[in-house]
Amino acid sequence: MAAGVAAWLPFARAAAIGWMPVANLPMPIAPTEKNKRQDELIILNVSGRRFQTWRNTLDRYPDTLLGSSEKEFFYNEETKEYFFDRDPDVFRSVLNFYRTGKLHYPRYECISSYDEELAFFGIVPEIIGDCCYEEYKDRKRENVERLMDDQEDNKDAKLPNMTFRETMWRAFENPHTSTMALVFYYVTGFFIAVSVITNVVETVPCGSAPNQKEVPCGERYTVAFFCMDTACVMIFTVEYLMRLYAAPNRYRFMRSVMSIIDVVAILPYYIGLVMTDNEDVSGAFVTLRVFRVFRIFKFSRHSQGLRILGYTLKSCASELGFLLFSLTMAIIIFATVMFYAEKGSSSSKFTSIPASFWYTIVTMTTLGYGDMVPKTIAGKIFGSICSLSGVLVIALPVPVIVSNFSRIYHQNQRADKRRAQKMQKARLARIRLSKTGSSNAFLHSKRNGLFNEALELTGNTEEEKCLSKSTSLIESQHHHLLHCLEKTTNHEFVDEQYYQQSYLEAGLQNYPSQSPSLSSQDGVTGTCCTRRSKKRHTPLPNASAPAHMQPLTHTHTHQQGLQELSTIHIQPLSTSRSSLNMRIDEPAPLNCQSSQITTAIISIPTPPVTTPEGDAHLPAGPTHQNVVKVSAL
Amino acid sequence: MGALMVIFSLQPKQRRKTTDSVEDELELSAVRHRPEGLEQLEAQTRFSRKELQILYRGFKNECPSGVVNEDTFKDIYAQFFPQGDASTYAHFLFNAFDTDHNGSVSFEDFVMGLSILLRGTVQEKLIWAFNLYDINKDGYITKEEMLDIMKAIYDMMGKCTYPVLKEETPRQHVEVFFQKMDKNKDGVVTIDEFIDCCQNDENIMRSMHLFENVL
Repeated sequence: MAAGVAAWLPFARAAAIGWMPVANLPMPIAPTEKNKRQDELIILNVSGRRFQTWRNTLDRYPDTLLGSSEKEFFYNEETKEYFFDRDPDVFRSVLNFYRTGKLHYPRYECISSYDEELAFFGIVPEIIGDCCYEEYKDRKRENVERLMDDQEDNKDAKLPNMTFRETMWRAFENPHTSTMALVFYYVTGFFIAVSVITNVVETVPCGSAPNQKEVPCGERYTVAFFCMDTACVMIFTVEYLMRLYAAPNRYRFMRSVMSIIDVVAILPYYIGLVMTDNEDVSGAFVTLRVFRVFRIFKFSRHSQGLRILGYTLKSCASELGFLLFSLTMAIIIFATVMFYAEKGSSSSKFTSIPASFWYTIVTMTTLGYGDMVPKTIAGKIFGSICSLSGVLVIALPVPVIVSNFSRIYHQNQRADKRRAQKMQKARLARIRLSKTGSSNAFLHSKRNGLFNEALELTGNTEEEKCLSKSTSLIESQHHHLLHCLEKTTNHEFVDEQYYQQSYLEAGLQNYPSQSPSLSSQDGVTGTCCTRRSKKRHTPLPNASAPAHMQPLTHTHTHQQGLQELSTIHIQPLSTSRSSLNMRIDEPAPLNCQSSQITTAIISIPTPPVTTPEGDAHLPAGPTHQNVVKVSAL
Repeated sequence: MGALMVIFSLQPKQRRKTTDSVEDELELSAVRHRPEGLEQLEAQTRFSRKELQILYRGFKNECPSGVVNEDTFKDIYAQFFPQGDASTYAHFLFNAFDTDHNGSVSFEDFVMGLSILLRGTVQEKLIWAFNLYDINKDGYITKEEMLDIMKAIYDMMGKCTYPVLKEETPRQHVEVFFQKMDKNKDGVVTIDEFIDCCQNDENIMRSMHLFENVL
């Protein structure tokens, strides 16, 4: 429940009078306001700067330092104020959170000092409002990266007990760790360069015999080039196999971009070996040689800048896509226009629309080869519009790509995206949790409420006090309101899981409404067991929700089940157990104080039972879910 | 491409015009409503000065403009019932609070309503409840009106209830209600039947006093 609407709670409760004439059941008692305090101003002295606010404002968030009794530790008796020896500037944001329900992150504040203050005051950073959350996350990420970089420099100290394989992998990834690695690094770099240069020189026309036409060097010195090629490919193959051996996760290594480049670089050679001089496929073989040029990409292992460029292009994929799309659109439009404009003129080169594509591309990129020019006036007009708009279209996405590159280069960023996505999921999960927290809190407090009322009956006041402290007054009033609604409609709030389970059973079982007796206890365990056996197959949600139903580890046979029930630690209740579904048709004239029939779901806290079988099943606890329904009379 | 750019540049101007008119509307409708003085409200309602202060602070926090419109009202009310859909019932409540039917609830309307509900006599409370149920304010509660109200209340429970909510549950509940309230079995419940019946019902009488110490 949001903080601000706590002030509207009296209104919501008053509006509940609309349900009263409709309800068939008696309403539960309202929570009495034990030691109701008049709302008072409290003074918070933070390093000399005094802040004042209503006590109720701070009580809105009872799970923080200021909202709970933890602040009593900071109470100064002489000056009658709460003194905190913390930063007053950050405290402003913290206090505003209580006042408005929104937490803001001031941009001028250092991220780690802000985090420390939030941690001190017990506030979770995930609830920073959307207006400031991006900034906060960006700064946090930067900080983390900076810390990581600092750590990286210390990481190079060799860890003891590294296997040979791990040493090799480390040598491959960080060449400056050992001399051997450095040597290997430079040797492979040299051979990549040699291989690339060989490919290039192969095609240069060397000197020729006087009566023959010029031949490329590759055909003249075939053997030499072949030996060079073989040597390079062997080195590359050995390198690839060694990396494959050393990789901690071979499958992932094989899928990585660098390894694919390696494979593509050496494959043509082997395919060439396999295929003999078959005339039909020699054409295809020649094409395969083109792939040898991919060896140049192996340099990206040696160059950080190249990697960053590749990463930039990958991260700007959407801008590049937009560029491509808009260019395509423009090309088609202008090609069509030019074709129809030039259709009339004789000896026009614009023979078809696809033929005009070439003109449009050349014009829009301001190349202007001049092999196709418009001759008609209309053609020239449209041609000029085409060239002007070409400049604009290309100029638009380029700055985005440039700024991206500079940002990435500046931060020297790794592929942290995966980690960021995990954090995003965690944040959404936490926010969702706090939102469902209110409904879970009601169910949770119903259990506590049950204990409360029962304790009132048995007159055990100490335990009652400590249990009632857990919910603030506002919460208890809110829960009373929800309770009244339940009474009006004669249905109860349950959580998602229980609802699905009972939905399944809706057609199957008929709950008898009986007076408290042994047979009803049978009924209880009977349905417990059947429910449990059904439950075995339904997957449980993530048990991280704090107020979720605790699993009951329970053993099995009917008689033992009965025994279990009696030994289950709900001693304080000491009430008789009646059937699961109490449908009270007669408005029994009950004495409000002593008897209040409430059906509630209680869950037994873990570790629950005392029998050894229960312990044996404790590790399997989280896979079980069992609910015992009792009612207090 | 240049032609396209020209076309695109024309568009925003149009849009700007419409946003301007929307902003104008907002300006006009952003009524800054100030309530009557504290003394007058004290005289008209049964709240003390301090209580009025507390109420106003909470009211103004959520509605800085001084009036609540129906959407804000629904939002606020929905926050108390996270599991269900409270908007229909909030709509009926809004109509019950908005006594002059001008589409917004000012602080005076709010405080008058609360005064009746929390500090009024049982008779006044019952009349208020009758007013709530009588959707078209014709002095009779018909079965259809009651069914609407009942469905709205059951909607607030949401889906995850025990036992599972069935389609005919609200209808059955309405039948029970009419059996109890409609003395002359003419299919409608008049205000006198309503008040008589409620005053004879012990449960209802007791629950009327439930919220007395709310503020």
